[in-house]
Amino acid sequence: MLEALYRTARALPLGRFPAADPAGSGIVIQPAGAEARLSLRVRDPVASAAGLALDRPINRLSGDARRWIARLGPDEWLIGADEAEGDTLPGALAADLGERPHAIVDISHRNVGIDVSGARAAIALNAGCPLDLGEAAFPARSATRTLLGKAEIVLIRRPGAVPHYRVECWRSFSTYVHGFLVEAARSAG
Amino acid sequence: MLLIACPHCGNRPETEFRCGGQAHIARPADPAALSDAQWAEHLFVRANPRGVHAERWCHAHGCGRWFNALRDTVSDRFLETYPTGAQPTQTSDARA
Repeated sequence: MLEALYRTARALPLGRFPAADPAGSGIVIQPAGAEARLSLRVRDPVASAAGLALDRPINRLSGDARRWIARLGPDEWLIGADEAEGDTLPGALAADLGERPHAIVDISHRNVGIDVSGARAAIALNAGCPLDLGEAAFPARSATRTLLGKAEIVLIRRPGAVPHYRVECWRSFSTYVHGFLVEAARSAG
Repeated sequence: MLLIACPHCGNRPETEFRCGGQAHIARPADPAALSDAQWAEHLFVRANPRGVHAERWCHAHGCGRWFNALRDTVSDRFLETYPTGAQPTQTSDARA
């Protein structure tokens, strides 16, 4: 109960911005609300745990918009879910992983999400991200850890016709990352 | 931009990687039996070839995994990357 009270009181470092298109360039930058996020490490994974697929290739996103899992490495996954699930999801994952050695860490407080969408979203991201974000190299449902400017981020491309990226960065980097994206969108427009 | 082929992630930009120095350095089985000179050799003395060099690299801002690579120190061209514990298919100039 105490934990639930704490969660509702958690301050978002970027506040509750409305969706903003600073330059009228068709690149919409919106900080995401509070979400539950878990870091999962398993060396010898099962096919799925708590309804989340663990057997997908590296750098792939699966699940839906509200409950997603991204495989970041051979033994590392990033899981996102509604904030209300943050208390129950670790237990459900641990139950399905059973006796396998694993680590589930709640990193909801550490990660901040910023949604970048629009037909030209990749231009703003490529101002600081060295990855090839073309359709062939980084299609929808790609997810990887990479760099944006000087900050480490996890970049996720959601499924959908219009490019929609989610930038997950650490809390202390969030104002830098948000400012960087806004500046990049301005110069792209 | 220099691309490095991570064995897990494929071709990725160089800035995501960290170099970890020479690869395939085996720790002596019985360090106590070595002389100070031999131990210093193991700790500090590294090959610095002009040509193909076997190095450890870490995909620090990606999958976070260490792997090995053969790099030509003259042209900075990566000839081959392969997982830790494996052996390269080509030979490096530094290997005895």
